[in-house]
Amino acid sequence: MLSSDIILYGWKSLKGYRSRTILMLLAMSISVASVLLLTALGEGARRYVTGEFASLGTNMVIVLPGKSETVGMGLSTMMGVTPRDLTLDDAQALTRHPAVTRIAPLNIGAVEVSWQNRKREVTIMGSTQEILELRHWKLLAGQFLPKTDWDRATPVCVIGKKIRDEIFGAHSAIGQWIRLGDNRYRVLGILASEGRSLDIDVEDVVIIPVASAQSLLNTPSLFRILIETRSREAMQTVVDFAIGTIKQRHHGEEDVTVVTQDAVIQTFDKILSALTYAVGGIAAISLAVSGILIMNVMLVAVSQRTAEIGLLKALGASSQKILILILTEALQLSLLGVVVGFILGLGGCWGIRLALPALQAYPPIWAMLASFIVAISTGLLFSLLPAKQASKLDPVNSLQGH
Amino acid sequence: MIKLEKIHRNFQVGEQTVHALDDINLQISQGEYLSVMGPSGSGKSTLLNLIGMLDHATSGQYYLNDQNVTEMNEQQEAAARNKHIGFVFQAFHLIPRLSARENIELPLLLAGIDSEQRRPKVDQALQSMNLIDRAHHKPDQLSGGQRQRVAIARATITEPSVLLADEPTGNLDQKSGADVIQTLESLNDRGITLIVVTHDSHLGKRSMRSLKMVDGRIESDKLADNTR
Repeated sequence: MLSSDIILYGWKSLKGYRSRTILMLLAMSISVASVLLLTALGEGARRYVTGEFASLGTNMVIVLPGKSETVGMGLSTMMGVTPRDLTLDDAQALTRHPAVTRIAPLNIGAVEVSWQNRKREVTIMGSTQEILELRHWKLLAGQFLPKTDWDRATPVCVIGKKIRDEIFGAHSAIGQWIRLGDNRYRVLGILASEGRSLDIDVEDVVIIPVASAQSLLNTPSLFRILIETRSREAMQTVVDFAIGTIKQRHHGEEDVTVVTQDAVIQTFDKILSALTYAVGGIAAISLAVSGILIMNVMLVAVSQRTAEIGLLKALGASSQKILILILTEALQLSLLGVVVGFILGLGGCWGIRLALPALQAYPPIWAMLASFIVAISTGLLFSLLPAKQASKLDPVNSLQGH
Repeated sequence: MIKLEKIHRNFQVGEQTVHALDDINLQISQGEYLSVMGPSGSGKSTLLNLIGMLDHATSGQYYLNDQNVTEMNEQQEAAARNKHIGFVFQAFHLIPRLSARENIELPLLLAGIDSEQRRPKVDQALQSMNLIDRAHHKPDQLSGGQRQRVAIARATITEPSVLLADEPTGNLDQKSGADVIQTLESLNDRGITLIVVTHDSHLGKRSMRSLKMVDGRIESDKLADNTR
């Protein structure tokens, strides 16, 4: 039998048993599509999160108060000692390293903002002029915080676009005095929307000098210190310098955590990659499970087509030929399932990208290859038993429909 | 051309051995028209299946065109079946999803003949069976007589030397049955060996040679009074 005739015969069988074919196609294609969709979502989320962290700044080192490790029943735990505050002086001390190009101490809190009779709750961020460059933010109008001494609590602020719209409406915001808590601050500028990132929504924030924030929030402690280094290579030196300096300033106690932006990105990258593999794996299992459905349907098909198989044998088909015919049919079905699954999966990804443009949901190449290979091998593997059963049918009994 | 020597075919039913064919010795020459008659369970169909290589003897030797069939492997048997044997069944056994044309060309497909060579052969078969206007009809769109003629066209498309018909008129009305018999006999007139299993004594009388089977044995083997 010629290969083209084998393929054509299989195709006619698939067309002849339409509902059976559609059922199997559905099982196969939904499984393939879910592999593509889930991995695309995982990969999209990974790209999104790592991209967001990358957008935090360039060559950034972050100093956080407290030590992020399990200390067990150490002296400090027994004595009930809490980590020392991370102060403006600590931040100032870190500017001494030559590889440090910018430093932005950070305080974050929530207070009520009001202007005339309009008020709402806002996130306030206390920092210095350098945060603008360090975080690659842009100004929509006016100017940013002035370059002054860090401990000088100047009553000025820069507000996000959303706050301007909600508080000032059609009025001009620049130069106006707003009330934050009990204090009044003059609006110097409006932040542009660029630079909206994972940690902060620049449209919905009020930035004031760090000393003003400490006074407003009534805390001497900083939330973070952001450090920009001269180069990527210098980051580790700066990390060591920051740990050493703060330890020295905190009487020999290493009570801060210093992380690099790369480390954070790598961690998220690893977590989200693992998540992508996991969801891809789960979907691949569902693909393999669809193989069991194929096997069941093929077994039913063989029992329904017993007389046909008997006839083919009577007309001169060997057992091997019957095996090839059934396997070719399964292969065609699997291929069709993969094609429909790819159309559904890629179409679904396109839909997700339309609905959530930030999530660049493209299925990874490995997932496409894996779903193709798993689908084809599943289809073939699970059709082997029905095909073998068909090839071993006794022609006399088969022709009698037994 | 067909030679059966001391053929036995036993079936095990529980603890009992059923002798479906019991010491069959038979020789059939090329071009003969043989009817096989006998009561149900006498072994007629078993004999036909054995000659058609769909079944195997428990013991004995079977020669087809001087080739020992009992020594053939499964692949050789399949090839020999495709080349030398044509089957016509009582239940027609047409594949419902295929058209008359596609059903007829099946043996050629299995023989590995390409579509260019198949087409004129199938056209000729359709013509000779007066089915040319039914070529693209599915079996359920054909009458019983037409279905059996499609089955005969399929059985003879590879120009086999032997045509085996198991109750070919069993599912047909009288007129269609007579047409089918006429078609089979005209094929025999052209040299094909025709072996017909039947309950119909009238049909049995039309053959050159009539075999009567009882309990797996050949009770009588005689040249019939040909009333054709």
